Amino acid sequence: MKPAAFTYARPADWPEALALLGGGARAQAGGQSLGPMMNLRLAQPGAVADLRHLPGFAGVTVTGATCRIGAGTTHAAIEDGAVPGLLGRILAGVARRIAYRAVRNRGTIGGSFSHADPAADWVAVLPVFMGEAIAFGPAGERRIPLDGFLRGLFETALAPDELLRAIELPLLPAGTRWGHWKFCRKPGEFSKATACVLAVPGAPVRAVLAALDTPPLVIADAGALLLAAPEAEAARIVAGLGPLEPWRAALARTALQRAGLAAREDA
Amino acid sequence: MNRSAISLTVNGAATTLEAEPRTHLADLLRGGMLLTGTHLGCEHGVCGACTVELDGAPARSCITHAGACDGASVRTIEGFAEDAVMAALRAAFTAEHALQCGYCTPGMLITARDVVLRLPEADEARVREEMAGNLCRCTGYRGIVRAVLRVLEQRRSAAAVA
Repeated sequence: MKPAAFTYARPADWPEALALLGGGARAQAGGQSLGPMMNLRLAQPGAVADLRHLPGFAGVTVTGATCRIGAGTTHAAIEDGAVPGLLGRILAGVARRIAYRAVRNRGTIGGSFSHADPAADWVAVLPVFMGEAIAFGPAGERRIPLDGFLRGLFETALAPDELLRAIELPLLPAGTRWGHWKFCRKPGEFSKATACVLAVPGAPVRAVLAALDTPPLVIADAGALLLAAPEAEAARIVAGLGPLEPWRAALARTALQRAGLAAREDA
Repeated sequence: MNRSAISLTVNGAATTLEAEPRTHLADLLRGGMLLTGTHLGCEHGVCGACTVELDGAPARSCITHAGACDGASVRTIEGFAEDAVMAALRAAFTAEHALQCGYCTPGMLITARDVVLRLPEADEARVREEMAGNLCRCTGYRGIVRAVLRVLEQRRSAAAVA
């Protein structure tokens, strides 16, 4: 339960961070996933670049109808209302159910999203929004749609020489409805199946089904989940995932139904 | 071995220690400063025994490594000896039989103090949710939850009188 030896660096600016990355360092934000993996020696980086002190790494800014969340913004800050409005209420509800407060005080939205654990909460939720991940690389910033960011288990659209700098999300209009369901046998443990449903007035209903040991599935037109009886639609979506163990498929169907029901009842 | 100087403020006192970057904060506190009130259970961030206050908020000291703590401010269970909220929690833990072996207790108390201060209106369900990241293998949690609720109620009563 002690990590293998590594060298530690604390880059003062983004170009220095990229240089460290180019030299083979592993990027670390809050360290709440990488720390345990290093203690268990599942990860043995020879060098760690601690991004927490980069300028602009944490913090939330709103410009027009877009909310930019710095990659280093902690789950606890989001839980405590760092993001304004209806979007903030939704994100705060998700953040509150991530692990435990002691973990949320250190763990970050960008660190978790770019770590891309299939059972992680932001992985299961962010792709539902019509937003973008802001990557930073040698050529500057690059925008990646959130629903194309996750490519596989622990695999993202970031290039090896890029870091995630921010998440940009559209603010949500009044009348937006939201449902979220996460199956955990104990509060704070990794989810066994997570679903969320987002119904923005005038736009197709979107949903995400995740935490099934596969990358999240984005359903771009999920209106049928808002019906009084969403069972058939939930079953159709889960059947499309390919073979799942029966208990897991049942959890996935039920998570979709309950998220749909919550969105239907969300006034 | 690449040892480097780690500067910390621990329980209000500035200190500098030589440590490898891989040393986790709990080992730094226990081995480097003989502050053995911080306990180690799982050493991968699950059990909560090693919870300390790091830069003003509870954190797992077993998964935060020394390099990342350079410049940080840490408060361990020893640093709460004169704290009024912690005194009330200690008394409530005694009254409610909220510990047997005491191994989880330092982490429980630091988490509980954060709950009491951050969530003054918390009910039993919320207390159980908030304390879920601290594992106890002997009491079965009932006494722990009652102790936290007792302090919450004391503080609400005091606020109502004031």
